[in-house]
Amino acid sequence: MLLPPDLSVSLRVERPLLPVRPRTPPRAPFCFSPSRLRFHRQHEFFEDGDIHRHLYLQDILTNVTEVTERSKVSEFCCHIVGCCQVFDTLEGYEHHYNTLHRNMCSFCKRSFPSVHLLDTHILEWHDSLFQIMAEKQNMYQCLVEGCAEKFKSSKDRKDHLVKVHLYPSDFRFDKPKKAKNSTKNNKPSSKLDVSMPMDVNVETYEQSQVDSMEICPSESVENPTQPMSGPISSLQEKKLYKSRIPSTVCFGQGASRGFKSMKKKV
Amino acid sequence: MLLGSGMGWAFGEEVSVQALRKARRQQQLVSKRLLREEVNGDGQAGVEIAAEPLSEQEVLQLLRDVQRGREERKKLLSRLRQGLQHKETQQKFVRLEGSMRVLIGLFTSSLANIQMEAARCLHELSHSCDPAVAEACLPATSYLLTYLSGHSVEFTELCLYTLGNLAVESDAVRKQLLPQGIIPALASCIQSPHVAVLEGLGYVLSQLLQATEAPTKIIPLVLDSVLPQHMLRLVSSNLELGMGVAVEFAWCLHYIVCSHVNNALLISQGIVSTLVLLLLELASVMSKAATEGLELLICPVLRCLSNLLVEDETEGCKVQIQDERLLVALFLFMQYFLQQHPFLVQECLWLLNNLTADEPFFCSAVLTLDLLPALLQLLSCSRMVTLLALTVLCNIAEKGPAYCYQLHQKAVLPSLLSTLALSDAQVVGQSLELLHLLFLHLPEAADDFLSQAGLQALEQHQDNPQLQERVRALSETYLQPAAASLISCAGASAAVLPSS
Repeated sequence: MLLPPDLSVSLRVERPLLPVRPRTPPRAPFCFSPSRLRFHRQHEFFEDGDIHRHLYLQDILTNVTEVTERSKVSEFCCHIVGCCQVFDTLEGYEHHYNTLHRNMCSFCKRSFPSVHLLDTHILEWHDSLFQIMAEKQNMYQCLVEGCAEKFKSSKDRKDHLVKVHLYPSDFRFDKPKKAKNSTKNNKPSSKLDVSMPMDVNVETYEQSQVDSMEICPSESVENPTQPMSGPISSLQEKKLYKSRIPSTVCFGQGASRGFKSMKKKV
Repeated sequence: MLLGSGMGWAFGEEVSVQALRKARRQQQLVSKRLLREEVNGDGQAGVEIAAEPLSEQEVLQLLRDVQRGREERKKLLSRLRQGLQHKETQQKFVRLEGSMRVLIGLFTSSLANIQMEAARCLHELSHSCDPAVAEACLPATSYLLTYLSGHSVEFTELCLYTLGNLAVESDAVRKQLLPQGIIPALASCIQSPHVAVLEGLGYVLSQLLQATEAPTKIIPLVLDSVLPQHMLRLVSSNLELGMGVAVEFAWCLHYIVCSHVNNALLISQGIVSTLVLLLLELASVMSKAATEGLELLICPVLRCLSNLLVEDETEGCKVQIQDERLLVALFLFMQYFLQQHPFLVQECLWLLNNLTADEPFFCSAVLTLDLLPALLQLLSCSRMVTLLALTVLCNIAEKGPAYCYQLHQKAVLPSLLSTLALSDAQVVGQSLELLHLLFLHLPEAADDFLSQAGLQALEQHQDNPQLQERVRALSETYLQPAAASLISCAGASAAVLPSS
């Protein structure tokens, strides 16, 4: 293209504005009048550019971001006391730490995916003042960020989550505070009728004395939204989860119990 | 001929471009992004050997084995993931009763590597071209959103791209994502310092903002949040680290702006100056080093500015730009992309039209910065480019005699004679409009036109119903009397006309 060579230089020079004739309407049969054009989202003017964008997303075009190398390091251990997980990448360690240790309740050792859920848990499970106040006013905060609703009870909150926010009724991060369950929790999942795969307790055989809240024996393993076939529903009645609350847990009472190793429960 | 060459790359099969165009016209261009690690099962870097699809029995067996925990779960899940790269396996998987529950159970595990592998399986499913497969992932969305507030970069990134793929899939998915709080979740997540997370977030947002219901259901929520100010920050930051983040948010801004929901808000947040400065910076970067993918960033930014310039004056937010460097940047872009990505030229010209339509500032600058030759060169490109270039020239000519004089001086007439030789009625029509403006403000231009065999050039169109009125008007008003007058004027004009 024929661009003048010293373009940037000429920008520094003062240039007068050429005098303008006031605008008059066009004379028929001529119809041109300058106007700013607007194109809406689906206009065909955008076709070529949109296809270009599409191909970029589908990775047919060059990716404009550098692909990060995942560097391997020699094996190392998680440094949290009692955790023996081993890693050979920093990302792997980071993810482990964030999943299991970062947002962990110091009272009951449960892990949470976020600070928000951890704070909510501590408030509702371990704060005695909370229980007192909850009798007088709505204290159970909706779990969805941006929703300011508060509820009288955990159940009311759950109903709200399901109805308004379309959350699953068995949302794992909204287990109500329960008393310790009986040993029928302790059936390992291998006894399942495997033609009907259910939630998996994946920590069964690996070490960890920390529990995550999501695999908590609750009073209800209900799944009202999912219809089950005959022989399977009877299995549902059994506790399909291995206990996730070791006996070291106390529910905000301050009492301590003796530690029992995981192996005994199997 | 003219339009087909607009894409600027070679395809093995031309038919695929046609299919894309058709999809776009039917508003069915669904783009999804796939994150796939380039490692094989042992974690060695290298291209993954394509695994075979899995049979239904194999999928079932894998799920059982994972539940029992007999073998190393991660390896089992890896095998499943590889199988899920195939559409048939995806379909088999989602049809197996309870399979999604198992997968979600693994996805919410506290064992990080299991969780990660399950997340990768979900991601493969989200990327499926079968809508039923993607919709089967619906039960996972509340968890995907919950995990956005986590701190693991790779995991969060994966969740974001999975959400983005699901969001673009169907309005059934979006109808669930919105009440589940995706917008507030993204508004929190956008404060992450990690480039990978931000790019993924931009991707999700761009997918949401493209929805047909976006102007009514999604954009108002977005504008109501802190997202816009962060988008403006991110569209022009960290360019030296790679433009991936900026590209995503530029497209987000385009989808918002072209929906015209509340552009006044964006204008009050400084979108115009942000984007102008960004273009200036890109123009300066461009001349220093070849940058891949620059057009992907420039394109949506141009579109934003063009549409913003159309904002209503009565709302009190009529946009004025008075920086000539923008003009220079536009011409630099056009020069740079003319061969490789011609589609960008028409996008630049659209902005140029909107800049030159009302205000004389840019019209004057085009002339005084000697950019007219470059503009005239564009008259021999594609139909749309020619049309837009002619429109810009008309914008300039309409400003009055001083402008027409400059146009004439810098040889606009010969170019016009070329465009008159084209067969496209709209292009010729616009040329006639330009001629009219030139002759109106500068009578000597008419004389020159005659002497360059202009009348003959016009006459070839005198039978075209779209053009004949204007052809006749030009001839009768400005190009009469005929030969005798021309000869007598020639001597006089030679003395009057300043030397070119």
